[in-house]
Amino acid sequence: MQKGIEIIEKEKAFTSTRNACKVCTPLGSSVVFKGIEGCVPLIHGSQGCATYIRRYLISHYKEPVDIASTNFSEETAIFGGEKNLFIAIKNITEQYNPKIIGISTTCLSEVIGDDMRKIIHKYKMENEGNPNLPELVFVNTPSFMGTHINGFHNAIVSLVKAFATRDKVAHSVNIFPGFLSPADLQLLKEIFEDVAINAIMVPDYSDILDNEYTGEYEKLPKGGTTIKEMQDTACAKASIEFGYILNKSNPQSQSAAEFLETEFDVPRINLNIPIGIKATDAFFESLEKLTNAKTPEKYRKQRGKLVDAYVDGHKYVFGKKAVVYGEEDFVIAMISFLEEIGIETILCASGGDSGLLKKVIQEKINPRTDILIHDNFDFEEIATVCKELKPDILIGNSKGYYIARELGIPLVRVGFPIHDRLGGSRIKHIGYEGTQQLFDTIANTLIQQMQDHSPVGYKYM
Amino acid sequence: MESILKGRQNQVMTKGTDSHELSCDKSSLAGSVSQRACVFCGSRVVLYPISDALHLVHGPIGCAAYTWDIRGSLSSGPQIHRLSFSTDIKEKQVIFGGEKTLKSALIELIAEYKPKAAFVYSTCIVDLIGDDVESVCKNVTKETGIEVITVQAPGFAGTKKDGYKVACDALMKLVGTKGTEETIPNSINIIGDFNLAGELYLLRDYYEKMGVHIVATITGDGRVDAIRQSHKAALNIVQCSGSMSNLAMQMEKKYQIPNLRVSYFGIEDMSDALYNVARFFDSQDMMDKAIELVRTEVSDLLPKLEFYKKALKGKKAAIYVGGAFKAISLIKALRMIGVKTVVVGSQTGNKEDYLTMKNLSDEGTILVDDTNPLELTQLVKRTNADILIGGVKERPIAYKLGLGFCDHNHERKLALAGYEGMLNFAKEIYATAMSPVFQFTKIK
Repeated sequence: MQKGIEIIEKEKAFTSTRNACKVCTPLGSSVVFKGIEGCVPLIHGSQGCATYIRRYLISHYKEPVDIASTNFSEETAIFGGEKNLFIAIKNITEQYNPKIIGISTTCLSEVIGDDMRKIIHKYKMENEGNPNLPELVFVNTPSFMGTHINGFHNAIVSLVKAFATRDKVAHSVNIFPGFLSPADLQLLKEIFEDVAINAIMVPDYSDILDNEYTGEYEKLPKGGTTIKEMQDTACAKASIEFGYILNKSNPQSQSAAEFLETEFDVPRINLNIPIGIKATDAFFESLEKLTNAKTPEKYRKQRGKLVDAYVDGHKYVFGKKAVVYGEEDFVIAMISFLEEIGIETILCASGGDSGLLKKVIQEKINPRTDILIHDNFDFEEIATVCKELKPDILIGNSKGYYIARELGIPLVRVGFPIHDRLGGSRIKHIGYEGTQQLFDTIANTLIQQMQDHSPVGYKYM
Repeated sequence: MESILKGRQNQVMTKGTDSHELSCDKSSLAGSVSQRACVFCGSRVVLYPISDALHLVHGPIGCAAYTWDIRGSLSSGPQIHRLSFSTDIKEKQVIFGGEKTLKSALIELIAEYKPKAAFVYSTCIVDLIGDDVESVCKNVTKETGIEVITVQAPGFAGTKKDGYKVACDALMKLVGTKGTEETIPNSINIIGDFNLAGELYLLRDYYEKMGVHIVATITGDGRVDAIRQSHKAALNIVQCSGSMSNLAMQMEKKYQIPNLRVSYFGIEDMSDALYNVARFFDSQDMMDKAIELVRTEVSDLLPKLEFYKKALKGKKAAIYVGGAFKAISLIKALRMIGVKTVVVGSQTGNKEDYLTMKNLSDEGTILVDDTNPLELTQLVKRTNADILIGGVKERPIAYKLGLGFCDHNHERKLALAGYEGMLNFAKEIYATAMSPVFQFTKIK
């Protein structure tokens, strides 16, 4: 077996997906559109798509998530969605006065074959000269292709393609962070500010999906990537993108950074999501090269403190067996972090189906121990493996709680969604600071498990 | 008002000021951020609590993923309903059809989970790609001996309410398929309670204390075999009339079972739900037991409520819930604890419901059908409501405006029905109205 990874090929026992470890594509695209300034997401399909996705996102972010629907009827399904899309755009414009409407298709509109480019072009022609006409951007998000992550990355590509314009060289740097928490995006913004880089982050829902109290139900909450910024992505000094798999489940898909590289010669820096010291070091090294300056003292110190914490806590985590699940790029980053603190991942699972997960983990992480790696996996399959392998801890979103409960082991909640706790949007995963929080949480969870099950209930670690 | 879309102006009215009848039963406007879901959703929420049935969603992954363990419907036995099954169809099935996938999914799941019946929810694109779901279901029934029922629920084929009808049609395929034709004396089916937070256990207890025999609970704590025999009940009592009165109507037509509309929220409605059953069976013994039960419960409850009533006096509430019958009960329950209703609305109310609501409301109360976040924000602000009662999608509206909030939707973990529920409800309203955190939300 290559590089010590034992890959057990297992025939899928069930045709159906049982307790999915993924959601559908328009959810991802809608999150991206929420991260654009003045943008209202619109889902072109049945009313349920928008409502379910809203409910799912509200339960995680605990923030308003207004997503409009073109509300297909039987007539729409037969004669096409043009009429409804026109009415929807008009009504959204009237009610929200947005700068952009971000339109996601659905399985329904894709199957009936609505030609979005044509319909939107027609609307624009008919409304030419209307000063309130918002920008209209669409993304194809049939839910029978890929997962929410494909919707997420493809929406970014659509936005960049729609706006990127060659202009005089800017000194900004594009950052495509992937599907991280609002707190992570906030951390990133801080880092870029501290290294004096003018960063353009797409998307930026750091405030919109973790908003301050204002006493108002904001139609269009403040914050988000601006249109001007998206235009400027074409003339940036470089693009940094986090994640190795991105939207590659379709080999023809380009990421936003790849598009900017081929189309506008913007150099692309592809990095692991910076969870853990090594991945964060790599990120800061890139920043050093871009700025020709040393990493600020603040981060050198954070790193030193993190190393100190690793040492303090190493015995409590070493050799513990973890099951990690979630989106493909997220679990890759999580494993690389667990590797450096001595936790053995015994199962790495994702509902993603790029077919690249094993290969990327082998090539990029090179784990010390054997990891069972499964993509296209669901929670019932994870549960079956867990019962067999008896991990000490689960690390992933809140949907795995029922497995942890059944096995009597702890779950450390990370990523998306966190539906059964407060603060999902405030979890920090990335950078030295986020890693510090993750390390403490994981170590303390394991310590607590030991304490709770000790006959003594000792007062010291 | 700025935030009411032109096409929706007749779906909002103020009692005492507006003369128009409240318009309802309309599909949502395109582009409106409606709080409603789709036909699939309507059918799924109604059938979900049948806990020994397999629920397989035929379609791409979203519909199943978003409805995984979505309701707080408890089961006293099997828990199959809390799993989420999807055929998770991909491009391949979209092109070549999904019948094979559906069939093997069903056969494997039936073998593994041994359900008493299976429901197959046919979602938006299933018909469009040409799957004959009905015939697959028939074949699997033949092969496995387990009845597989098609739930025709493409999201676009109407509103959430049409989904209720689809669910009732599916249920009718089970009703009357077991047991003799003979009616069991003094027996009822409890229809339209979904056993949220174990509410049905309370109700069951009340009725059994009165000497009423319960044949089936549909669908809360539901079981396939009980539903099959539900035609043997002498009476159907129907709550949440929006979702399930259609089933009662169909049972009346086919099996001549009369029905009573009830609500279990608030002292008044809960007590009526007991008295009316005793009255129906024309049994003095039952009535005596009901009176005794109500007396015991209420004499225990009223003094406790008094505290909350004093504390909450003068508070104003806005109600926006799914079903209209619930909204009507809530107006009364709120009144009992000193809270005035200033806005009341529902996703799926009909003309009759809104008329009842209007008659029950004070002058100046705003009635609204199928509202959206921006509109509801305006209504709540205009009426200076202190508390909003709704579901998860309404919660951020309340909190962003610095209002209290009470979750009265199907995800709640607190029993709000019955006498015990009334006390919980008062505590819940009190907790949100009195929390000191709101001292920080008064922004000038």
